[in-house]
Amino acid sequence: MDSFVPWLLLALPLLSAVTIHLGLKKNQAVSALVSTASAAVTLVLAIILLLQKENVSVAFNWISIGGFEGIKIGLDFDQLSRGMMLVVTGVGFLVHLFSLAYMKDDAAKARYFCGLSLFMFSMTGIVLASNFIMMFIFWELVGLSSYLLIGHWYEKASAADAAKKAFLTNRIGDFGFMIGILMLWQITGTMTFDGISQFFDGAHPKVLVPSLTMLSVSILLIFMGAMGKSAQAPLHVWLPDAMEGPTPVSALIHAATMVAAGVYMMARLYFAIGTETLEALWGLNTIAWIGGITSLLAALMATQQDDIKKILAYSTLSQLGYMVMAVGLLNPEAGMFHLFTHAWFKALLFLGSGAVIFACHHEQNIWKMGGLKKTMPITFMTFGIGTLALCGFPFITSGFWSKEQILEAALKNNTSLFVIAAFVALLTTFYMFRLFFIAFLGKSRSDNASHAKEVGPLMFVPLIILAVLALVSGFQPVAESIAPAYHHEGFHFGPAFIASVLAVLIGFGLAYKLYANAEKDPLADKGLFKVFRNKFYIDEAYAKIVGYGQDTVAAFVHFFDELIISGLIVGGFSRAAGGIGRIFGRLQSGNLQGYAVLFGLGVLLVIYLTVFVS
Amino acid sequence: MASLNEFLFVSGLLFAIGLSGVIIRRNIIVIFMCLELMLAAASLTLVAFSRFHVHNGLPDYNGQVFVFFIITVAAAEVAVGLAIIVALYRARQTINVEDLTSMRG
Amino acid sequence: MASFAFYLFALLAVSGGVLLVTFRNPVTSALCMVLSFVGLAGLFIGLNAYFVGIVQVLVYAGAIMVLFIFIIMLLDLNDEKPVKFKSSTLLAGVAIPLLLLAQILGVIQSGLQGEEAEFTKIDAETMKVSAAAFPEESAIHKSLSHEKSPKLPDTNLIGHTIFKSYNFPLQLMGALLLVATVGVVVLSKRSHTKAPTDS
Repeated sequence: MDSFVPWLLLALPLLSAVTIHLGLKKNQAVSALVSTASAAVTLVLAIILLLQKENVSVAFNWISIGGFEGIKIGLDFDQLSRGMMLVVTGVGFLVHLFSLAYMKDDAAKARYFCGLSLFMFSMTGIVLASNFIMMFIFWELVGLSSYLLIGHWYEKASAADAAKKAFLTNRIGDFGFMIGILMLWQITGTMTFDGISQFFDGAHPKVLVPSLTMLSVSILLIFMGAMGKSAQAPLHVWLPDAMEGPTPVSALIHAATMVAAGVYMMARLYFAIGTETLEALWGLNTIAWIGGITSLLAALMATQQDDIKKILAYSTLSQLGYMVMAVGLLNPEAGMFHLFTHAWFKALLFLGSGAVIFACHHEQNIWKMGGLKKTMPITFMTFGIGTLALCGFPFITSGFWSKEQILEAALKNNTSLFVIAAFVALLTTFYMFRLFFIAFLGKSRSDNASHAKEVGPLMFVPLIILAVLALVSGFQPVAESIAPAYHHEGFHFGPAFIASVLAVLIGFGLAYKLYANAEKDPLADKGLFKVFRNKFYIDEAYAKIVGYGQDTVAAFVHFFDELIISGLIVGGFSRAAGGIGRIFGRLQSGNLQGYAVLFGLGVLLVIYLTVFVS
Repeated sequence: MASLNEFLFVSGLLFAIGLSGVIIRRNIIVIFMCLELMLAAASLTLVAFSRFHVHNGLPDYNGQVFVFFIITVAAAEVAVGLAIIVALYRARQTINVEDLTSMRG
Repeated sequence: MASFAFYLFALLAVSGGVLLVTFRNPVTSALCMVLSFVGLAGLFIGLNAYFVGIVQVLVYAGAIMVLFIFIIMLLDLNDEKPVKFKSSTLLAGVAIPLLLLAQILGVIQSGLQGEEAEFTKIDAETMKVSAAAFPEESAIHKSLSHEKSPKLPDTNLIGHTIFKSYNFPLQLMGALLLVATVGVVVLSKRSHTKAPTDS
């Protein structure tokens, strides 16, 4: 295959972003079309590459450092990246389409689409990166585009704050990520995934024993990057706030693709290192536990949210927790498979919520909706399919198959994590149907909701496409051909299946009992639920900790600044200069005789030095 | 006949006297005269060297030409210097250097 | 005899200098300067530098001293007020020249240890020899090899040196005098703007 196509895949979105930013800022409609067209072309290219089923890598040297292996810019096409590319470009294209309608009246459409294109470029870079340096660069770039898009409505203080929070929280993770990368470089001597893979293929785990600890630490540090990007506890706080951005952005970046980048990166790393080596390492359970705890916390918090997007955000957190848990259980295939199916149905749910929000004149509180079933039938249907897929409704939805794999993996390795995962599945069904019942069934609880109309085809067509994918993408033939990683195990009738079916049934039953005809939340402000509603007070705790820490550091820095910098260095230099100036200023008496004396002394000195010395 | 060293000593003496006058006196005109004295002392050195450096039976006239130049420059310098002093006196009504301290740093 | 003349004129020059520094009245100081310069001129003549000696008297006693006195009279200066000299200034004014003198003595002392420059006599015989270096019809040659009274034609010789070896500096000197003249005219013009005063 021509090596031109992969580069085109990377370059097109960049080209679109640059064109819009430099040339088309004034022309809103054209910039939207340029961006959408580039997304469409990249989708076609991604499909072509996917169908060719050929492993390609192209690369050129970017930086050569004497003695070291040079840093390359390279693109790798394998099963993993091809499948992931389909997700990125597929969801990306549909989101572009949806945005054409959703952002129709936005004043800064050009900036928005420029941001989207930049994001597509960065995400493509992450997916196709053949080495860690390049991945890190694009990793930061998605952070940037995420920042730009969250803060799209920067006039709103909350949006600007959320953008800042997302960026800064990610910095914490990225710091660990960078150190981890460098440590891995130290251990393996290479940055490319191929190189890492070869290194670990050749070396028997026993040979590595002295550096096993180092390797574990470096993997955990790299995982910190994933924790930031994929919003795992305790760095999860930015994702719910990121919902301040436009809803299509939430669908693309904060549900389907960018937040999954952490999982994707970990899968890449795990595939490169190989299960054999990984099993010899210690501490990797931490990753599984972090995933499990995140999924549990997020699911609990989701049960008490009123904002439709916040509910979906917490559910995203919870599902990401699933994926991370699967990776942590050394089953990255299951994690990637769940990522794949989740991308479709979560994008569907977000776009569905976007349609609802759009129809209800930017009303996001589910208690002010209701009765949308009649007014918005297509959205209702597709949202319902998304809900079923997320809950893992047996056999007909994609979510069932991928969740099943994760549950199996958990059951095999760690029973307590399995219990957590099953409980999370129950909670998922519960909060999703709570949302579904309140928002779509019953009577309209506000004017905005009662006047809602079905959205136009530009919006509902993406919904329908995504709904279809949410149903079929989990089936074996489909998944085998297009999923980034799929490990067919066949269906087992066992505890995992029973648990997931029970979870769906109980969750649905509880939700039905409590919310089928509820006018307000019967659980609100009751004991534990108040804690859930307030997100376990984690934000407040962070504010306290960060505030206190900052004050302490600031006090120290202030002290240091005042005493050392101001007092000794800056002030000292200035005082020294002033003092010396005053001493020599005294010599400038303006008195001619004084000058004559000095001149005479100078002459004496010159004669002494020239005649008598030497 | 006196030796070269004696001439040099007299020249140094005159130069030292001139320097001490420059340092001690406060009348700018007298200071100026002392400067002239120092110049003349230097001239004496040159003439002495000229006479004691006989070449082809004749003194070395390069030194005397130098003195000739010194006298010319000194004349020009006195003219300009005195003009400056007059201008200064017009401006300040004084030629006492202790009163002229506007260059104090 | 020659030695006596040297000491006389040296005494004259040095005492004139000392008086110049010590007299309070600037007019007296100016006259003392002339005294000192006359002594110097005598020393010059003793060194067979007749032209320089005469020019010294003419320029300093005739022109510069008159200029000084003229300015002193013009400004109508009183005696320097009998303010006590600052002891530190006085000390510096004595110590620094003394140190300088000591250094000069040191240089002379080190010169004494080597060969001392000889005082070569210039008389009729030597002049005849040196006349050979000049063309026969030149004034210098004639004067040097005059049968009855050969004289050292130092004016001619200085002129010879100036125009032969120092032509360009001579031109510069002319330019300098012109510049000085122009400068003096500019400085002496009364400016209409108010001069800055000492605050």
